[in-house]
Amino acid sequence: MLDATEWALLSKIADMHETPQGAYNIRKNGVGVERRSTENISISTKTDKPGIDVVVAVGTKNESIHIPVILTSVGISDTVYNDFTIGADSEVVIIAGCGIHSPGPGSARHDGIHSFAVGPRAHMKYIERHYGEGNEASIRTLNPVTIIEAARDSTVELEMTQIGGIESALRDTKVILHENAKLILAERVLTSGSQKAASQITIEMSGDGASAQVVSRSVARDSSRQEYRFDLLGKAACRGHIQCDAIVMDGASVSSMPMIDARDSRAQLIHEAAIGRIESEQLLKLESLGLTEKQAEARIIEGFLA
Amino acid sequence: MLKIRDLSVSAEGATNLKLLKDIDATFADGRFYAITGPNGGGKTTFAKTLMGIVRPSSGTIALNGRDITDKNVTERAMLGLGYAFQTPPRFKGLSVRKLLALALGDGATEDAVRGILARVGLDAREYLDRDAGGGLSGGEMKRIEFATVLARKPTVAIFDEPEAGIDLWSLGYIAEALSGMRADSGATMIVISHQERIIGLADEVLYMTDGRLSRRGTAADFLAGIAGEEKCGPFPTAERGASYA
Repeated sequence: MLDATEWALLSKIADMHETPQGAYNIRKNGVGVERRSTENISISTKTDKPGIDVVVAVGTKNESIHIPVILTSVGISDTVYNDFTIGADSEVVIIAGCGIHSPGPGSARHDGIHSFAVGPRAHMKYIERHYGEGNEASIRTLNPVTIIEAARDSTVELEMTQIGGIESALRDTKVILHENAKLILAERVLTSGSQKAASQITIEMSGDGASAQVVSRSVARDSSRQEYRFDLLGKAACRGHIQCDAIVMDGASVSSMPMIDARDSRAQLIHEAAIGRIESEQLLKLESLGLTEKQAEARIIEGFLA
Repeated sequence: MLKIRDLSVSAEGATNLKLLKDIDATFADGRFYAITGPNGGGKTTFAKTLMGIVRPSSGTIALNGRDITDKNVTERAMLGLGYAFQTPPRFKGLSVRKLLALALGDGATEDAVRGILARVGLDAREYLDRDAGGGLSGGEMKRIEFATVLARKPTVAIFDEPEAGIDLWSLGYIAEALSGMRADSGATMIVISHQERIIGLADEVLYMTDGRLSRRGTAADFLAGIAGEEKCGPFPTAERGASYA
């Protein structure tokens, strides 16, 4: 049974207010606590290491899988390996994410290593949200690793969001796209205080017709620090576009390091990056609509990270 | 009524350099005023000072007898002042729908948002879900900027060069929207403009140069390029259909 704090965390990271429809697996403080498989989606416990194997049957349509992780104690370091096999011609939404509530000082850490084999013509949407709350002296750490191999004609949508309260995060995302495979990746990060967040996204387009569209937006406040590295590798007749925008405020700092690497003369690769503060005219415009400066700032950030 | 007395603005960091010099002016309720004059003459600074974006070094601004000189932009907006920027800021991630809903305030309905957009000649189906950031043309942004002012239902609406950076097609819609706002809202309208079509809508034209309001008269006087010395002094002649600056 989950208590109110735990449901509040699940609501934040996975929009779960009650036991979800479809397949799900809830992991709490390093242990699987609730699970359901469906006719088309099988979830089983790994036998060699902590984690689950998720198999989506060929041709599955319009089904979802919730696999949230919550930590509600300190002194925990949880590593989990989740492997997904997404059957050919299937359409599935996977809602993951990790929420940490620290009841006292101390550290809580979750390393989630997710591997996906996305079958031909499949369409997978993967939503991952990270959130932390609780004792201010607690150190909450999340280090997600996401490895995806997308077969021909498949589509992968990734929404990766860190919405606050995480002291340290190192996100590592690797995607291989085969012929005509398509990646749409949206990354959103908000840091404050002395938090640190780093993200490394590596995309290899190895098949003709592959495409990747990455939009990374972040806001760094107070004295927080963010680092972004993007490696976009084109090994075929492919198209890739990375757009990285950051708002930097107060004494925060952000760096963005792009690498676009064309190993085929037919590859078309673009990287755009912009880092700056909120423009004073943006604030004045919203103030002229009756918002206070603080309300205007909040609206601008909310829209930017939407 | 908006009353300005002895209003001066000094350049930032150079108190001896005055951008506005001892301006006296009264803007009566429900009237349409065009302020024109050469570039660098102080028009935008004057408009921004009325809205509280620029702080005066001396003088007073009173709205319906209440001194608002020390009020900030938010406070002036809440008192009924509306402002359209010459170059509307863009907002990444904020949809046109959300921007207009913010302008409409609490209880903004979908119908109200669509109605406001229609008043500036934009089709809600095409624009509401678009980002008020990149991707919209200068003319589209100006019309949306205009819509935000309409949505506020201000008692005093200030427009800083609504014609700047737009095509003739958009100018037509802006001119119609200004005319419609004048007819429908009863707001006092203060429009900085070089455009004959917009100036022609005004009840009164004020000519600003070198930080001073040096002449005032009717639009007809201005557009004809003649004004009796006994009325308001001569206006420079504007070329018909051309920018005045």
